[in-house]
Order: sequence, then C-alpha cells, then structure tokens
Amino acid sequence: MSSTLLRTSGFRSALRASTAPKRAGIAGATFIRGKATLPDLTYDYGALEPAISGKIMELHHKNHHQTYVTSFNNFSEQIAEAKAKEDIAAQIALQPLINFHGGGHINHTLFWENLAPTSQGGGQPPAGGLAKAINESYGSLDALKEKFNAALAGIQGSGWAWLVQDTQTGAVGIKTYANQDAVVGQFRPILGIDAWEHAYYLQYQNRKAEYFKNIWDVVNWKAAEKRFQ
Amino acid sequence: MELHHSKHHQTYVTNLNAAVKSQQEAIQSSDIPAQVSQQQAFRFNAGGHINHSLFWQNLAPASSAEAKSSAAPKLLVKIKQTWGDEKAFLDAFKTTLLGIQGSGWGWLVKVQVGQEERLTIVTTKDQDPVVGKGEVPILGVDMWEHAYYLQYLNGKAAYVENIWNVINWKTAEERYLGKQADAFKALKAGL
Ligand SMILES: [Fe+2]
Ligand SMILES: [Fe+2]
Repeated sequence: MSSTLLRTSGFRSALRASTAPKRAGIAGATFIRGKATLPDLTYDYGALEPAISGKIMELHHKNHHQTYVTSFNNFSEQIAEAKAKEDIAAQIALQPLINFHGGGHINHTLFWENLAPTSQGGGQPPAGGLAKAINESYGSLDALKEKFNAALAGIQGSGWAWLVQDTQTGAVGIKTYANQDAVVGQFRPILGIDAWEHAYYLQYQNRKAEYFKNIWDVVNWKAAEKRFQ
Repeated sequence: MELHHSKHHQTYVTNLNAAVKSQQEAIQSSDIPAQVSQQQAFRFNAGGHINHSLFWQNLAPASSAEAKSSAAPKLLVKIKQTWGDEKAFLDAFKTTLLGIQGSGWGWLVKVQVGQEERLTIVTTKDQDPVVGKGEVPILGVDMWEHAYYLQYLNGKAAYVENIWNVINWKTAEERYLGKQADAFKALKAGL
C-alpha cells in the first residue's frame, strides 16, 4: 500500500460509518481476529464519475461487497465447526460457498484498488516492466484494451476478466473467470474488471460495451504495476 | 420489463440468428472444428431465447385471474402431494432461487421417471435451458441481475418474494398437463 493510497483514509472514514481496521493485509484484504472485513476505498464513491456513477459504487461496495464479506465469515465459521466435528460431507458441501463468497471478497478488494479517479492517476498508462510485458504480448496498450473488452463482452453470465501474469513464464495474458472464481494458482491477478450486471446496470443498462470502454478512464495502472513481478 | 424484452431478449434472438447462420455455413463447408467451436454461442443464445420466451408466458398481471394459483388446480394437487402444501413449495423455490451463484434461472420442472411423473425444482446456470429428455419446464424465474436490478438493486430477496404475485398459473397448468413439445410451441411459431 503506498502512501498515496492511504492518504485520504481520514476523509474516507468520514464518509461511511465503518468499523474497518486501519491495517491492510494480503492484497489489501483486511482481517480482525481472523475475520474478513470490508476494506475502505481510497476515493469517494462519486470520484469515478462519469465512468462509474457514485450510486453504483456505493451499492457495489457497501452492499454487494459487504454481503460477500458477511457470508464468507459465516461459512468460514460453519466449515471450522464441520472440521472440528470431522464432518467431511459438510466440509465438502460448504466448499463452493467458501469459494463463491471468499472469491467475491478477494475480487472486489482487488477491483477497488485497481480503480482510481483521474485526479489520482486513473487512466494513466502503465510504465516499467508491466508496460514492457503488455507490449510484448499485445503490441500496445490499445491492442490489449481491445482484446480485454472483447473478452469482457464474451462472458456468458456473471464473471470477471483479468489481466493475469503466468507465474511459470512471467508473461501477461487475459483470462475470464465465471461468477466469483478467484485468480489463484498458476496465475497472478494484475488487473480485474467486474462484468457482473450489478457493476454497470444502473448507469449503462444493457449497453455494457460502453461500460467496458469507459472504465479504462479510471483504471489505476499503478496498482497493477505493484502486483506485477 | 421493456429493457428486458426489447433489448436483452432481442439481443439473444439477434445473436441466435447469427449463430444459426454461421453454423449452417460450417455444416455446408463440412468444417467440423468450426461447428464445434460455435456450439457454445449457439447454446447460450438459443437458451436465452427459449428461457425468456417461456418466462414472458409464465408471467401475468397481479390483478388477473391467471395470477391466482387456483388457475392451476391439477398442478396444485401435485405440488401439495410433493411438498406438503403450497407454502412449503414456495419456500423451497425461493430458497433455491436465492442460492444461485451468479447468473441463472430457477425452474419448476415436470420430469418423467419411468411410468411416473414427478415435480422438481431445478436451477440452470447462465442461459442453459431445460430441454432434457422427459423434462417439461412449467415455470421459470430469471435470476440474472438485469431481471430485477433497476427496481430492487441488491435486494433480490424482495424480487424473489414479489414475483409470485405475477406468476401465470394458467400457463403453468397448461404446461403441466402438456408435453415438452407443447411448452415450446410458441417458440416454433415465433421463429
Ligand atoms: Fe461486483
Ligand atoms: Fe433475462
């Protein structure tokens, strides 16, 4: 977490009645005594307008993301109980719920970080190693955006598109994930775009291509650079 | 409803027609890899068309006689036989709908099991349709966010509650008493 990202935390806390902790954990996800908590945003809900409306940001963060956090904690407790009782069937039954809600928490946490208002660097192109890797794989940033938007448009149902880094080869690529499946294992998440309808519907309705086009104005490539290794 | 019908459903129809066209071309040129690679686009858009067609028909204005479960007397007997009473059925259906992860549909389905006909509640993901052998979709509920977001936002439990005021039980009864082909009849007429 850079000082830039933390700078406005006092201001942010004033925006919401929140008990979010001050400490940032792995990938920005925050924990209190083993419990997942909703992370603060480093910008105001309305700060990504006109690309994403303040109303969408507020609902998306305060309601959708919060539900994933609450549900993840709830099912984590249940799976811990099932483990304590050595109830394997219950553990297996709970696993998809852990994946879904845990994935929802991780994905949104990464998403908020990889967005920024234009006044805080949103839309500024990447530099350094990430820029080089993008050029190697796609030729140019514009070519990447074009392919990324095609991948987003091709998602059938709810899901995400990610710029990922292959931990085996170091190369970057675009991958789509269904529902709240998280980028784990062989691939490292660099930049994610939420393609669930709740991410854009109030503002763009069925015109999702416009959302995919406009969101690049508020992509925080600095955050993406920090994830790239 | 307007966006859902004139934009979303229309997009499925448009893309389905495009998928059918390119499939026909691939069949004509005996391009098997192309035929295989196009199957998912066909399935998704055809499913979107089928599901929404069934959905519009199984809705009715809340004030209409069709929106009362008494419009489906034989189906109700079977529902009570299966779930105990109508409320238990509704509770089971609502719970199933709220358990869907991501986009999808919840369906009441009549299934032929040997000599016997059974009712069951199933979910299908994204636009997968209920078209299996011996399966008749009786009523479907769209659980994509576009189906409720403008009105209910993230409060999908309220949508799942209120949709029961506008279910067309008359259509459900007809589908219950009919065969699979009967449920899809309007689909053929619409092509
Ligand atoms: Fe989301
Ligand atoms: Fe729909």
